[in-house]
Amino acid sequence: MSNPATPMNANAPSSSSGGAGSPDSAPRRNSKRPKYSRFTQQELPACKPILTPKWVISAFMLVTIVFIPIGLASLFASRDVVEIIDRYDNACLQGSKSEKVQFIQSNANKTCVRSLTVRKRMKQPIYVYYQLDSFYQNHRRYVKSRSDSQLRNRGDENQTSDCKPENDANGMAIVPCGLVAWSLFNDTYSFSTGSNQQLPVNKRHISWKSDREDKFGSDVFPKNFQNGSLIGGGRLNESLPLSEQEDLIVWMRTAALPTFRKLYGKIEVDIEAGETINVRLENNYNTYSFSGKKKLVLSTTSWLGGKNNFIGIAYLAVGGLCLLLATTFTLIYLVKPRHLGDPTYLSWNRNPGGH
Amino acid sequence: MIACTKSTMKRFVYINDDDLSHELYCDNRISNRKYTLLNFLPKNLWEQFSRFMNQYFLLIACLQLWPLITPVNPASTWGPLIFIFAVSATKEAWDDYNRYLSDKKANEKEVWVVRQGSKKLIQAQEIHVGNLVWLRENDEVPCDLILLGTSEPQGVCYVETAALDGETDLKTRSIPPACMGIDSDLLHKIKGVIECPNPDKDIRRFDANVRLFPPFIDNDVCPLTIKNTILQSCYLRNTDWACGVAVYTGNETKLGMSRGVPEPKLTAMDAMIDKLTGAIFIFQIVVVIVLGIAGNIWKDTEARKHWYVLYPDEGPWYELLIIPLRFELLCSIMIPISIKVSLDLVKSLYAKFIDWDNQMVDLETGTSANATNTAISEDLGQVEYILTDKTGTLTENKMIFKRCCISGTFFGNENGDAVKDVELLNAITTGSPDAIRFLTVMAICNTVIPIKSPSGIVSYKAQSQDEEALVRAAASLHMIFVNKNSNILEINFNGSLIQYEVLDYLEFTSDRKRMSVVVRDCNSGKIILLCKGADEAILPCAYAGHQTKTFSEAVDQYAQMGLRTLCLAWRELNEIEYQDWSLMFKEANSTLVDREWRVAEVCQRLEHDLEILGVAAIEDRLQDGVPETIETLRKAGINFWMLTGDKQNTAIQIALSCNFVSPEPKGQLLLVNGKTEDDVCRNLERVLLTMRITKSEPKDVAFVIDGWALEIALKYYRKAFTELAILSRTAICCRVTPSQKAQLVELLKSCDYRTLAIGDGGNDVRMIQQADIGVGISGREGLQAARAADYSIGKFRFLKRLILVHGRYSYNRTAFLSQYSFYKSLLICFIQIFFSFVSGVSGTSLFNSVSLMAYNVFYTSIPVLVSVLDKDLSEKTVMQHPQILYYGQAGRLLNPTTFAGWFGRALFHAIVVFVITIHSYAFEKSELEEVSMVALSGCVWLQAFVVTLETNSFTILQHLAIWGNLVVFYMINWIVSALPRSGMYTIMYRLCREPSYWNTMFLIVAAGMGPVLALKYFRYTYRSSKINILQQAERLGGPILSLGNIEPQPRSLDNDLAPLSISQSKNGRNSVFEPLLSDSPNAVRRSFGPGATFDFFQSQPKSSTYSRNKDN
Repeated sequence: MSNPATPMNANAPSSSSGGAGSPDSAPRRNSKRPKYSRFTQQELPACKPILTPKWVISAFMLVTIVFIPIGLASLFASRDVVEIIDRYDNACLQGSKSEKVQFIQSNANKTCVRSLTVRKRMKQPIYVYYQLDSFYQNHRRYVKSRSDSQLRNRGDENQTSDCKPENDANGMAIVPCGLVAWSLFNDTYSFSTGSNQQLPVNKRHISWKSDREDKFGSDVFPKNFQNGSLIGGGRLNESLPLSEQEDLIVWMRTAALPTFRKLYGKIEVDIEAGETINVRLENNYNTYSFSGKKKLVLSTTSWLGGKNNFIGIAYLAVGGLCLLLATTFTLIYLVKPRHLGDPTYLSWNRNPGGH
Repeated sequence: MIACTKSTMKRFVYINDDDLSHELYCDNRISNRKYTLLNFLPKNLWEQFSRFMNQYFLLIACLQLWPLITPVNPASTWGPLIFIFAVSATKEAWDDYNRYLSDKKANEKEVWVVRQGSKKLIQAQEIHVGNLVWLRENDEVPCDLILLGTSEPQGVCYVETAALDGETDLKTRSIPPACMGIDSDLLHKIKGVIECPNPDKDIRRFDANVRLFPPFIDNDVCPLTIKNTILQSCYLRNTDWACGVAVYTGNETKLGMSRGVPEPKLTAMDAMIDKLTGAIFIFQIVVVIVLGIAGNIWKDTEARKHWYVLYPDEGPWYELLIIPLRFELLCSIMIPISIKVSLDLVKSLYAKFIDWDNQMVDLETGTSANATNTAISEDLGQVEYILTDKTGTLTENKMIFKRCCISGTFFGNENGDAVKDVELLNAITTGSPDAIRFLTVMAICNTVIPIKSPSGIVSYKAQSQDEEALVRAAASLHMIFVNKNSNILEINFNGSLIQYEVLDYLEFTSDRKRMSVVVRDCNSGKIILLCKGADEAILPCAYAGHQTKTFSEAVDQYAQMGLRTLCLAWRELNEIEYQDWSLMFKEANSTLVDREWRVAEVCQRLEHDLEILGVAAIEDRLQDGVPETIETLRKAGINFWMLTGDKQNTAIQIALSCNFVSPEPKGQLLLVNGKTEDDVCRNLERVLLTMRITKSEPKDVAFVIDGWALEIALKYYRKAFTELAILSRTAICCRVTPSQKAQLVELLKSCDYRTLAIGDGGNDVRMIQQADIGVGISGREGLQAARAADYSIGKFRFLKRLILVHGRYSYNRTAFLSQYSFYKSLLICFIQIFFSFVSGVSGTSLFNSVSLMAYNVFYTSIPVLVSVLDKDLSEKTVMQHPQILYYGQAGRLLNPTTFAGWFGRALFHAIVVFVITIHSYAFEKSELEEVSMVALSGCVWLQAFVVTLETNSFTILQHLAIWGNLVVFYMINWIVSALPRSGMYTIMYRLCREPSYWNTMFLIVAAGMGPVLALKYFRYTYRSSKINILQQAERLGGPILSLGNIEPQPRSLDNDLAPLSISQSKNGRNSVFEPLLSDSPNAVRRSFGPGATFDFFQSQPKSSTYSRNKDN
């Protein structure tokens, strides 16, 4: 209940700091009078920038100056990366789609040999990736069908409820369960040079260290895997703990896009330009039923990672656009200068002749 | 004698009967609580879920419990939802608990009550109807009592009714005549029956009667009125003790019955936000349906080929619904759950800023402004009409006796008030009988209570400011009203003491417009009727042949000067006439049905053949700064209507002196009056015609209408009157009743105008409650209006600041905050939608639950909350250029167009973030958690820059919130990334080490903000809005010309303005971000279309114009 001024407080000392807002320092009669603070009076010192041509044009120029060099650097970095991409799904298997699907699902020998020419010297480490196109690892049914606790803890072996429809086979829990593990990629590659010298592929530490150590248990062993009526992808060595099944660990890092590469291994020798690499591959994985592509990628790396022109081009584009904007604004400014904040631009005449 | 109507309408209270009424009526336990412990949860939830938004969120949250369709952990919706509900519920519970505490305090207060024949101290809640309650001085009255005895020998007591009606003066209450003279010791043995109406909330009426049982006097029925009651929550003052019988207790008291929760007001902005929410909801449904169909088609054609997804051949019956429902859940964030909380939060802060404002503290009384309603500050920035009371609102309501006219002689002139007029003083000293009689009426024809302080100084407590002014003036003219002992009035005239015995009060009512007293001169024994009132109520009652022409001329003349006039009259009564009349009066007073009307009728029989003594003129000074305030607000495009109960001349005079209307030739007043339908109709049409014609001229045209004509106009010519109301920027309505005031507000509201009603008295309460915004002046007429109002201010001039500063800022801030809330939700939602196109339209969420929840609750809410400190223009600039308020009135900052701008920006930013993310994190980097985090970081970075770009003034808090928020974003994600069990384990560390992550962020920011900045700059410089121009002028330190300099040459300016002229930008293609430019208020003013061209010089008779100078 608000009450009118109580004369008792007529001369109560006021704790205000001089009331910048109030012009006079008349005695404050009421203790209800709000305390003065810059916050309560909305008088906090504020910086009030406005978009002057100078600022805006310099901002755009600054972006130009920063972005074009970065863009160029990125492009150069990307250009330095040597990348060999070989699509082998159709090369290794001819025929109609149904024939291919039938073949890939059979037990026939699926070995296939490809030879790649190195155009430019590749410095080690050379990363070996497999690339899948139109493979929806991000499909909702797929991406959710896994059990992280089961992978981590031996005790949580039976926590497979999230893994449907690949949660159990023959009434027993599958380890590792779920569609992701079940569809494990199982093409294998081995490399040799033109002089028939073997190029060893190092498959150790191709997965994330954190995954090996914390996500996949060292005491969790595959169990009952690929024992169901439907066989998905690759099988696992039941004697190795999950933390050492690095192909699985890599595969289980689901990709965000339907086109993705996953690390297969590293070749830790330099390969000279002009050399031929012979790839002997086991073409096991079924991408034929959904017309997906399989590619083998050998790539070196730069400070920005693999070959990716996008960042460089985008930087150049943005830098160029900013340059364009900066010049346009400068030209407009020079051709048609406008006095900012000219009050003659204000016309308050609300009813001049009745609009 | 007892007018027995329906028995259900009556309650019979048996005085001092301990057994009877216990079961019949409730005890005196007060309960203002809305909830009990048991029903709190269900009732509160039910209330919260009666809102559409909450139902929507609940539905979404429930759907999320179905794991098959939920894209994220249900906690991401349940968490915020429960939080929001908990906050509202806690607030309610806290309020209710406080109410409980105050109830408890009141209930457990100890009072003296007669039980079994002796006085006992019991708790207030144990009082029952019929109990005798004893009160001491300064006690609060615990329930509604009928006074039976007091310490004063005359059987009166004084009560302060501030808590009830806000009036701070003391009121006299007296015991019913039947109880007169009962010894105080016998009082607690008193028995009797009171017949009274069932409880109601009218605190001004109480029609009942009492019959005491033997041995106390015989079976006579004695009438009871409100004068015999002391109501709950009043305080007993200046009286040692009083005793009364409880008639209404607990929640059935007059106070308890008048409690009620006023209907919550919805601001125009809230309505707009609701509308936009609805639009987004429809958009969402469309997206869901489209994506749902696409998803099902993809599933049936493509997904079956993708063996690793392992779709079963036969799904359950609801299979077709699964994908649409998943998308519904994914898209549910389009309607941000945080918007309600954010808005409530900032709204209460706006209200706090009003409470805190030092510049709105009335230094005289020390009252600060107060926002009772915390939810409608934005509406202040959109006010189009202000309806104001006159007395006490525009004027100080501090009455000063200025002039008088006693039997044809005018006293007082420009040089001094009548009090100092030597001639008047001479007349008094020489004992001119007219002057003395005039003074006598001034001194005693009133209900003033003189209070003598120990030092001998007499002060007056009066219910009416006019009466107080008259008594004071009389006192300074040596007729000092010194004492009032129940019925005996003592007057000190030039040192000699004169006593009068008051026989009857013929009270003032707004219908009678006069009041009278019947007194007996104690010396001569003569009975005199003293009478004062409005001229039209008194002059017709003059005796036949009385020359009243001088008086009506005096009244006119005084009214011309803006003074309030009162006519004073008297008549000697002979004993027999009085006795006859007195019987009728008593009878009328004890009727139960239509008492007021009957009393008025009886009074009429006495008030005739009066001798007019003279006219007193009282000045009611304008408050400080009223003309300036009105001028500024009128410049701001606000239309003013003055609604007053005063007479036309006074109203017009005040209107002229406070810039309400301009004097001729700039202004023109059109009168609408008439007593019959035809008159009013003719007048109305004539005025309308003139209005239509002058509309195109830069002329201030106002119409003046009186209460009588208004009633006819509202009843029969509503349409014409509405048109008039729309055409006219100014109106003066005089002699209007409180309900007419409310009707006028209603009329303007029905034309879709935002109305603000401001007033100070009880007669303004209805208008204040009716208007979109009610502002009360905590003034001299009490706090009634201030209490009913949404805002209370100390002085009228603070209205300027309230509207231009607080209202405008609130509007701007909410406009930004609400649209931004939708923008950020849409942004993340669009990204989810885009992602679904690359994830087989299966409804996968790109973001994880933690991110989604934190995005809404932390990352994007905190920076925008500091926009409550944003000021686009400084207060000074706004005050200098009040026209800028137009942007708020026309809703230029929040409307479908600006919203479309934000929508487009969300879409554009979503494309930027998504495209850049998936391209720079392609191939071997395309890991779901990483991509998700990159996209999220991109959004959060963009947010920071969007808020920065849209902020006009940066205080330290803004910097802290915007950049601190980015820091917090990384910290939170580092923490989450440190938890091995979270899906994001190590992700953020990994990303922060990669140069390509930072490259991506810069790219997103530059690509996202570059075009926005360019567009904004372009509009800012080459298509500037008035706000922009003022910003530039203010911040570049250029001269801000006052408007007067610009106004005279509109034509040449129009040429200069060609590139940014109104018509061009109105059809502007780039309608985004900034409000469209238009100076024409007609763009928003609903117009009935231009009237036909008439020769208005002919059709408009000269007499209809009112000129200030005409009579001077």
